[in-house]
Amino acid sequence: MTRVTELQVNGAKRRIDAAAEASLLSVLRDQLDLTGSKYGCGEGQCGACTVLIDGSPRRSCITSVGAAANKQITTIEGLEQKGRLHAVQQAFLDAGAMQCGYCTSGMIVTAVALLRAYPDPTEQEIAHFMEGNICRCGTYLRIVAAIRQAASLMKEARR
Amino acid sequence: MSGKSVDRSSFFEPERYEFSARPAYHFEPGRREFFRLFGTGIAVFCLLKDAAAEQESGGGRRAFDQRLPQEVSAWLHVAEDGTVTVYTGKVEVGQNARTSLTAAVAEELRVAPGVIRMVMGDTDLTPFDMGTFGSRTTPTMSPQLRKVSAAARDLLIDLAAQAWRLDRSQRERLVTANGRITDPETQRAVDYAELVKERKLAQAIPAEDPLTPAARWTVMGESLSKIDGRDFVTGKHRYTSDLNLPGMLYGKVLRPPSFGASLASLDSREAEAMPGVTVVRDGNFVGVAAPSVDMASRALVAVRAEWKSVPQPSGRELFDYLKKNAVEGPGERRSRHEVGSVERGLAQANQRLDETYTVAYIAHAPLESRAAVAGWQGGKLTVWTGTQRPFAVRSELAEAFRVPEDHVRVQVPDTGSAYGGKHTGEAAVEAARLARAARRPVKLVWTREEEFTWAYFRPAGVIEVRSGVGSDGTITAWEFHNYNSVAAGIGTPYDVPNQGIEFHPVESPLRQGSYRALAATANHFARESHMDGLAHLVKMDPLEFRFKSLKDERLRAVFEAASRRFGWGRPKTQAGQGFGIAGGFEKGGYVATCAEVRVDRATGEVRVARVVTAFDCGAVVNPDQLRNQIEGANVMGLGGALFEAIEFENGRILNGRFSRYRVPRFSDAPTIEVVLIDRKDQPSAGAGETPIVGLAPAVGNAIFDATGVRLRSLPMTPNGLKL
Repeated sequence: MTRVTELQVNGAKRRIDAAAEASLLSVLRDQLDLTGSKYGCGEGQCGACTVLIDGSPRRSCITSVGAAANKQITTIEGLEQKGRLHAVQQAFLDAGAMQCGYCTSGMIVTAVALLRAYPDPTEQEIAHFMEGNICRCGTYLRIVAAIRQAASLMKEARR
Repeated sequence: MSGKSVDRSSFFEPERYEFSARPAYHFEPGRREFFRLFGTGIAVFCLLKDAAAEQESGGGRRAFDQRLPQEVSAWLHVAEDGTVTVYTGKVEVGQNARTSLTAAVAEELRVAPGVIRMVMGDTDLTPFDMGTFGSRTTPTMSPQLRKVSAAARDLLIDLAAQAWRLDRSQRERLVTANGRITDPETQRAVDYAELVKERKLAQAIPAEDPLTPAARWTVMGESLSKIDGRDFVTGKHRYTSDLNLPGMLYGKVLRPPSFGASLASLDSREAEAMPGVTVVRDGNFVGVAAPSVDMASRALVAVRAEWKSVPQPSGRELFDYLKKNAVEGPGERRSRHEVGSVERGLAQANQRLDETYTVAYIAHAPLESRAAVAGWQGGKLTVWTGTQRPFAVRSELAEAFRVPEDHVRVQVPDTGSAYGGKHTGEAAVEAARLARAARRPVKLVWTREEEFTWAYFRPAGVIEVRSGVGSDGTITAWEFHNYNSVAAGIGTPYDVPNQGIEFHPVESPLRQGSYRALAATANHFARESHMDGLAHLVKMDPLEFRFKSLKDERLRAVFEAASRRFGWGRPKTQAGQGFGIAGGFEKGGYVATCAEVRVDRATGEVRVARVVTAFDCGAVVNPDQLRNQIEGANVMGLGGALFEAIEFENGRILNGRFSRYRVPRFSDAPTIEVVLIDRKDQPSAGAGETPIVGLAPAVGNAIFDATGVRLRSLPMTPNGLKL
């Protein structure tokens, strides 16, 4: 059985010890105590576990740790820089785009990827890109508004 | 050691909102310990009304002794650093009670929300509370916290007046704001923090009505954003499943293949031989604890069990089953309301309408599944778990392990939603059982499939409505029978001289319990759809038809507000378009919802394009969070209205995962407009539930308007609309 002993997470090398086929989510949560990524379904259907792997959104519950080795993994914990929230995090906060907050990490991480692909997305593009993320509390409209807000914040920052 | 099977009859409580279950397992007894209190500063306790009477006869306010009696409903503590710690048995499950209760304290104590720490749902620290359900936090807990806060402010003013040697009339001029008391005459000022230094003052006060009227609120009534929102956008907040204790093991439970199955034989030798693995068999309970989740999963696979199944009902015969298995004859669970004579009313009617509606079982599917972390120390059990009823879960644990309740501490981290689905402590009992055997703390997180299968469901039901109407639109008779889906919202707000309304309990084939607004969704769906049908029978506009029989001023007001914003009565602009309206009241909230649907006749696709909801829940506490709840209720309601249904066969759930059970997603969310009616002259009611009840009938009525087809089953279009 192949074992993985190192991951690149949020810009740092982290020691782990896991079978290559173990889920990335379980290793992040149980070995690295990065519990911001959530278990929601275990079949890649809800998006609560979403992380970025080399910049692309991936469902960490159905991604093996072997497939993530030697790649850059970004979790929700890696978005805040020097105490400053990522524009998407700030926009979620400002728009009150959450209730229980359990889906929020996955939503934010997916939205970060969305805004890399579509810096100025329409509401339809947002809904399409985010379709795999479930908010059971039903705050979808607020999340769409937050992502639109983040897009304009980021556009301003680029100027 | 006896594994006690679950008593189905206790799952059904028509008149009481909370869902209570006896523990599924009873375990060996343990030993007793103790419980402790707080430190320097001042503390104020709120006593419930009954206790307050007794209290007053003993001389009104009195110093507090070491014990926290049952009649204390909430208390707070102002510490030497100015921090205000508030203790309430309510829990935060996404309804933003933590934020609204913080605002209540800030309002009356005159402090910034930022200095308030709210300790919620901890059975050792917070006063007893029945649970967080039935939209009771705003109407009951909020006023109690406001009262203790006002009393604490009063006490602080007393301390300042003493220090400054002011007499009673001079005391009156002192001003409190932002945690500071100022004397405008002398310009002297003192912070609360300074006033409470080295003091140990405690006071108990009776629960009375709060002091500051809504019209003069400065913190309440404003849109305070989620108080610890930053912890959620950064992933820092720890839900139960995120907690890690030193030496903690991970648990898994072996589930029977079907409901009602019992364990016939077990071979766990292979699992037990795995390093660090503990296997527990206790009656029908089989579980494992292991140093990693992966190891626990492998150990569970290695356990070989044979189960003895018993035949169970299936979904395809559900509605027949509910009708045939109704508990007939008088009993406390059955309820009938009768006015006039339905038969006479029907005889007077010009036209009659006789319909049967059905609602499916649906799952709460909270995104955080049931989870618990449990550990034993010196015979005392501590459990963290996401539940709406921490004290009931404490009782469940005490009963399951045959230990006194004060040996059990239940703590509820802010939880990944509940919607009425987390009244019970299954995961807590299971984790505690594994922890006791392994002599280490154990974390147990239910899988999505377990949550879909072994939690409980919103009740399914059959509703029969029979009515008569005069040619002028007067409703002459109203007969309404609900089988199984419970009595919440079963009455009619319309003026009908002859009514017979009856709830028929049934031994439910599936484990069922509370749900957001419970049966009010089903009952409103049947009633408001039927009202729409009656309006068409007499060729009246559905809104005008309702107004003809509607006297309640607040309900009329929400209907008017919603229809005005929606543009009710305007002509259709495209093919397949339909408009619907529905409304009602429940738990102190008045709601009216208008929906616009688009039906694609070629594909059968039904899309809800726009929803307008007008809502009146008295004085609005937090407008933005209220809008958030109303928007969320509409989106959640869309699932039950259009496509959510639990499928089951012979004791097995067939669609217990998100790939098979469709919940509303981004593309399903319609445009939602919310009209708030802020009644500052009315007490604030809860708002997490009632806004959901108008959606399904408004959508059904809009589908009828678009197609002429009346859909009488929830969900209405699980496979699209076949025309």
